[in-house]
Amino acid sequence: MAVSSPFGASIKRREDPRLITGAGHYTDDVRLPGMLSMAILRSPHAHARITNIDSSAAKAMPGVVAIYTGADLVDKVAPVPCAWQPKDSDVKVPEYRPLAVDTVRYVGDGVAAVVAEDMYTAQDAAAAIDVTYEALPAVVKQLDAMADGAPQLYDNVPNNIAFHFHLEGGEVDAAFKNADLTFKQRLINQRLIPNAMEPRGAVASYQRGSNELTLWCTTQNPHIVRLLMSLSTSIPESQIRVISQDIGGGFGCKIPMYAGEMIASVISKDLLRPIKWVEDRSENYVATTHGRDHVDDVEVAVMNDGRVVGLKVTAYANMGAYLSTAGPGVPTWLFTVTQSGAYDIPNVASDVYGILTNTMATDAYRGAGRPEATYLIERVMDLVAAKLKLDPTDVRRKNFIPSNAFPYSIASGAVAYDSGDYDKTLDRALEMVDYAALRKEQEEARANGRLFGVGFSTYIEVCGLAPSAAAGAMGFGGGLYENAVVRVHPTGKVTVLTGINPQGQGEGTTFAQLVSDEIGVAVEDVDVVWGDTDRIPMGWGTYGSRSTAVGGSALVFAARNVRDKMMKIGAHLLEVSPEEVVFERGDVHVNGAPDRVKTFGEIALAAYTAWNMPEGVTPGLEETYFFDPISNTFPFGAHICVVEIDKDSGKADVRRYVAVDDVGNVINPMIVDGQIHGGIAQGLAQAVLEYAAYDDNGQLLSGTMMDYAIPKASSFPDYELDRTVTPCPFNPMGLKGVGEAGTIASTPAIMNAIVDALSPYGVEHFDMPATPQRIWQFVHEQKGN
Amino acid sequence: MKQQVTITVNGTTHTSEVEPRLLLVHYLRDVLDLTGTHVGCDTSQCGACTVQMNGDAVKSCTVLAVQADGAEITTIEGLAKDGELHPIQEGFWEMHGLQCGFCTPGMIMTSVNLLKNNPNPTEAEIRHGLEGNLCRCTGYQNIVKAIQYAADKMNAEPAAAGDD
Repeated sequence: MAVSSPFGASIKRREDPRLITGAGHYTDDVRLPGMLSMAILRSPHAHARITNIDSSAAKAMPGVVAIYTGADLVDKVAPVPCAWQPKDSDVKVPEYRPLAVDTVRYVGDGVAAVVAEDMYTAQDAAAAIDVTYEALPAVVKQLDAMADGAPQLYDNVPNNIAFHFHLEGGEVDAAFKNADLTFKQRLINQRLIPNAMEPRGAVASYQRGSNELTLWCTTQNPHIVRLLMSLSTSIPESQIRVISQDIGGGFGCKIPMYAGEMIASVISKDLLRPIKWVEDRSENYVATTHGRDHVDDVEVAVMNDGRVVGLKVTAYANMGAYLSTAGPGVPTWLFTVTQSGAYDIPNVASDVYGILTNTMATDAYRGAGRPEATYLIERVMDLVAAKLKLDPTDVRRKNFIPSNAFPYSIASGAVAYDSGDYDKTLDRALEMVDYAALRKEQEEARANGRLFGVGFSTYIEVCGLAPSAAAGAMGFGGGLYENAVVRVHPTGKVTVLTGINPQGQGEGTTFAQLVSDEIGVAVEDVDVVWGDTDRIPMGWGTYGSRSTAVGGSALVFAARNVRDKMMKIGAHLLEVSPEEVVFERGDVHVNGAPDRVKTFGEIALAAYTAWNMPEGVTPGLEETYFFDPISNTFPFGAHICVVEIDKDSGKADVRRYVAVDDVGNVINPMIVDGQIHGGIAQGLAQAVLEYAAYDDNGQLLSGTMMDYAIPKASSFPDYELDRTVTPCPFNPMGLKGVGEAGTIASTPAIMNAIVDALSPYGVEHFDMPATPQRIWQFVHEQKGN
Repeated sequence: MKQQVTITVNGTTHTSEVEPRLLLVHYLRDVLDLTGTHVGCDTSQCGACTVQMNGDAVKSCTVLAVQADGAEITTIEGLAKDGELHPIQEGFWEMHGLQCGFCTPGMIMTSVNLLKNNPNPTEAEIRHGLEGNLCRCTGYQNIVKAIQYAADKMNAEPAAAGDD
């Protein structure tokens, strides 16, 4: 039956009925006959030599099946791979073994794996292994680690500098020479723990006879896991099946290939029993990748009218104890290409040092590089405003790339922004907050001694990570195209297979909407399938807000090919030429004669019975499409945060938060709003709550959910949202991507508001995290003076 | 040294031999195969494992199975009656109160108690009432709306609230 197009409709999610009734199927829910539990014994030292491992007592415990140390696995599995190695960066990838051999390099480094009949026994046995360590000096901060005389993590990485990356465009030195004003600022992005609510885990089952490994795991990109697992073990890719269906949040920390799934896989092959490993939260904190951890020194060249003419950035990125799968790509390419933000800055130079320390490895965390860049440039805009005594909105408008300048190539030429109208989002946001009234309210508050601040973030971000040629040029060890299969069944029901792999982003619904929009089938008749490498052609997964812009586009093209075939078959059945029919919401009818019609169901059945096919048209109704876009997409927006700081508690309360985002066309506004909400909360939390703190010995102080401040329901108020629509010209639906926008935008918005609130004390900058304790301390030091 | 426990879960009574240290959440998940109740932390912060025990919301990672001997437990699997969603489940679906869905069973089971104790909560009371449950995806805005939706519906149709 023909239905109206659902593109743009807030349709309730098709994923939800199972998730709200306890029928979701996450990795820890997998149960197999004969399955064993695996626990990993982890190092309590940040840096130490292993001198002895005595597992005799553990082995003797009833229910213990086997114990493996690093030495036992050397011949069975390769080091954990680093798959993003930026070219021309002299990158040195240290050998990082799934279980440590001789030396541990961070608290949480794997030392032994215990396999037992149940999890409690496995954990008891792990605790009974007696490891003798010889402690070595540790270094946890990147600037300390690159200093002369610092403890060295690896012999082949001098001064712990794993890479140096440089990107430059324009005449930077001349710009600084000719500027009216230059200034410097150090900006710190503290280390964060992603905290997907579902810990990571894997169930590996190696079958004797077929020699096939089936691996259920918590990954955002099952095909990448299959590829890397094949390269790391002796198992051919054709005999590995990776399944990743319901995933309890990812936020980047489920992109990398980890030791846990590698160890479980090779032990399953060794023992010919299914192995389950699921980390607990304490393990997650020390041994699942962290995010951010930058020290950025920025130099700015500016003219008296507020125009920024030059930017020099030297970034020191803490990579942790080894280079994670995509780790080096985050502070290099993903950080540098958005460094000039929404602004036409003609001269930009960036130097990035990736430094190894005795801490957990860092990798992508929601936004990945772009929050660091956006924090930098949005703080710069406010610093310029403060130094020149200009309104922060005027400085931004002075520097905005004009809406007629797209596609706009950044100074280095590395990327070109697709489309934008930055004044429009700012206009709308200012209207929503009633800017004039807000500043007046601030004036009155200040007159009464209150600390009241308004902060802006007129961000851009780069989404739809692609195309593959760019991925290759950036040293990303794979492609960034995406695939889709649209399979119309004889009954008219539709299965969609997609290489993207959502963790809650709702493509089970939005992709059904896209197919419905293209071929007229009802949304509820479309089943979207992801997360099974045996069913789905090679795809690259969900990260970088790429799923809809790239995967959704592949789907639209596949659906259009289905539609073309349906028109041919329909025309043939109606005994007219294909040029004489029209396709209307699933039905094919003769142009001008809607009564002469073949329905969606009739054509689907005819395609499979194939009793009467047009000449040259093959039976079946299924299309596969691989889509590689010509460029990235660049969403943008204007966020305004209003804070009031309580002098007595030091708490920065968010009074209002207004977000106007432009993510291009929108398939499902309800889902897009949800992405923005969650993103804003995560970004605000970086600014005022979260900090992964290591002490000088490399012990993680914020090692549990009791100690690490994840936002609660009461942390922030409702957000006020609106949108403008500037379509992306590089994909068929004109959409840009939304998964990370909120996080990227909100951290600088609230930090700018906090600095504005504190500006009566004469400050131009305040470091994150702006916790109550740090603000209270600052305010009271001022009083003391 | 296993001990015998008799626990009624979602209306069905089970008698099992369990280790004294077995957590209720592992009893539900691993002995009864009710995997809708999730484990998100090991310090009783996240609330993903929240179930109803004798009509109160408890974090089932903080209760031993032996402590639940003789108790009536309701898990997320037992909340819908005769195929009809509980108004809170409906609220989460209607208001997009979930994304990845991992915290959702615990959020919903906590919300059942929240509305039982306070059928007309303010927004601030809802936010405070969710203090023991963490969500990383939604920013909580739509979870609050989901609970408001359920409160409105349960107040309009008191019969729908009669789950215990």
